Amino acid sequence: MTEDDVVARLESGMTIGIGGWGSRRKPMSLVRAIVRSDLADLTIVSYGGPDIGLLCATGKARKIVYGFVSLDSIPLEPHFRIARQTGAVDFMELDEGAFYLGLLAAAHRVPFYPTRAGMGSDMMAMNPELRTVTSPYDDAEEFVAIPAFRIDVSLIHMNRADAAGNGQFLGPDLYFDDLFAKAADATFMSCERVVPTENLLDEGTFHTLKIPRLFVDGVVEAPRGAHFTECPPDYGRDEAFQREYAATARDAEAWDAFRTRYLEAPDHEAYLAAVDGRGGAGTPS
Amino acid sequence: MTGPATIDEICVVAVAEAFRGDGEILCNPIGTVPIIGGRLARATFEPDMAMTDAVSVLAANILPVGDPDAPRVVEAWMPYRDMFDIVWSGRRHVVMGASQIDATGNQNLAAIGGWRMPKAQLLGLRGAPGNLVNHVTTYWVPNHSTRSFVPRVDVVSGPGYERVADLSEAVRNNHEIRRVVSNLGVFDFSNAERRMQVRSTHPGVTIGQVVEATGFELVVPDDVPESRLPTDEELHLIREVIDPTGLRRAEFPS
Repeated sequence: MTEDDVVARLESGMTIGIGGWGSRRKPMSLVRAIVRSDLADLTIVSYGGPDIGLLCATGKARKIVYGFVSLDSIPLEPHFRIARQTGAVDFMELDEGAFYLGLLAAAHRVPFYPTRAGMGSDMMAMNPELRTVTSPYDDAEEFVAIPAFRIDVSLIHMNRADAAGNGQFLGPDLYFDDLFAKAADATFMSCERVVPTENLLDEGTFHTLKIPRLFVDGVVEAPRGAHFTECPPDYGRDEAFQREYAATARDAEAWDAFRTRYLEAPDHEAYLAAVDGRGGAGTPS
Repeated sequence: MTGPATIDEICVVAVAEAFRGDGEILCNPIGTVPIIGGRLARATFEPDMAMTDAVSVLAANILPVGDPDAPRVVEAWMPYRDMFDIVWSGRRHVVMGASQIDATGNQNLAAIGGWRMPKAQLLGLRGAPGNLVNHVTTYWVPNHSTRSFVPRVDVVSGPGYERVADLSEAVRNNHEIRRVVSNLGVFDFSNAERRMQVRSTHPGVTIGQVVEATGFELVVPDDVPESRLPTDEELHLIREVIDPTGLRRAEFPS
């Protein structure tokens, strides 16, 4: 599949789960394909990074559901901040661990998982839809009931995959990508390289094969598909590019130029050509 | 490097002291001064504590800060999912920042001007709601002023003592704000009312300065000691082993 084939399977108003974590192994070529499309009114569920920033800044997101939104080396995601400070998007902000339970409940097809996270904090006031549940056992303790996320389609990015949809992570952390795949009605996976199934153990042990094809509906080969987020061991974060992206939040002209140059590139290959053609030793910070 | 201890080193030791007695738990400080303090505690009086390499493993050796290529002795894989298991197990002591903190220990990392449409969106709730109701927490505030020590926080990320007083026994048993360490002194909640109390002031800082820089009424005991100075061994570990490039100084206003 191509990125545009994936977008053709999406509809306005859908809830889209996005794997990765902050500015790490995000399916950015798929995110940019959404930006180029006519899709609107999306709800985005993510341990957020520039995926949420871009989908807010381009008006694609109507609502964002997140455990946090950060660019890691730049702690505050500037486009997300603008969206929150101007009230441009609806939002559901959860404790980072509580967010995990929303994914887990969806993956397990139960309505909620109980947790203490949120008791006593403003997480409850921020999310009036959250309810509590009392333990049916002798302790009778009251818990926050984190509702299962309803995700139509999840998008994840892996280091390697086979054509059948088995995915492999080779970096230090899977994050929650397997749960995004299991929690959604459909999952599309981009990867650095498609390899024959018999070669999946060439670069990692079977412990790295955490995305079975049962939960994947299509594979997109996208070398450097996570750019500018990191995708170790294939590549690190493009910090110079990330700084350039972050700076566009304070400068309308820079944002227009960024949009024209990178976001309107017709496909991933054209995007990479624009990235590589920007010349010089990075950009001023 | 020689010479008397400077304020950043006194703060490092104050953070390290917060871990005293913790034993075999995950020592999980966030931020440069807290990380140096945690590693110092483990290198000296709390050798059983476990610590991450700030990426995805527990490292059995004492790592220098700011050096991603330093060799590490890996003792466990610790991806984020397992971190939540540790949070919920209670076997963790976190040190977090606080953009605002109040007299009962409510912490705000989330936003200035309320959460609906904030004037300034900050880090968000992050893991604070879960941390506070599961295990010990210490706060590190490098810029003690009436803007950070406030009568009422704009958003409660991590609930203080007042907020958990009516919650379950399990939550109340898990909840402990061990210390608040600032650039002026060390604070705790060791009184019956569970209101922030001065535990020590850093050398050269007067109680008057602390009170002046705090936007609520602190509990001030009759006898407030000075924060302890680093030992020679601690100074050596801080300056030569854990932070040889002096990253700890960057968190202080010059």
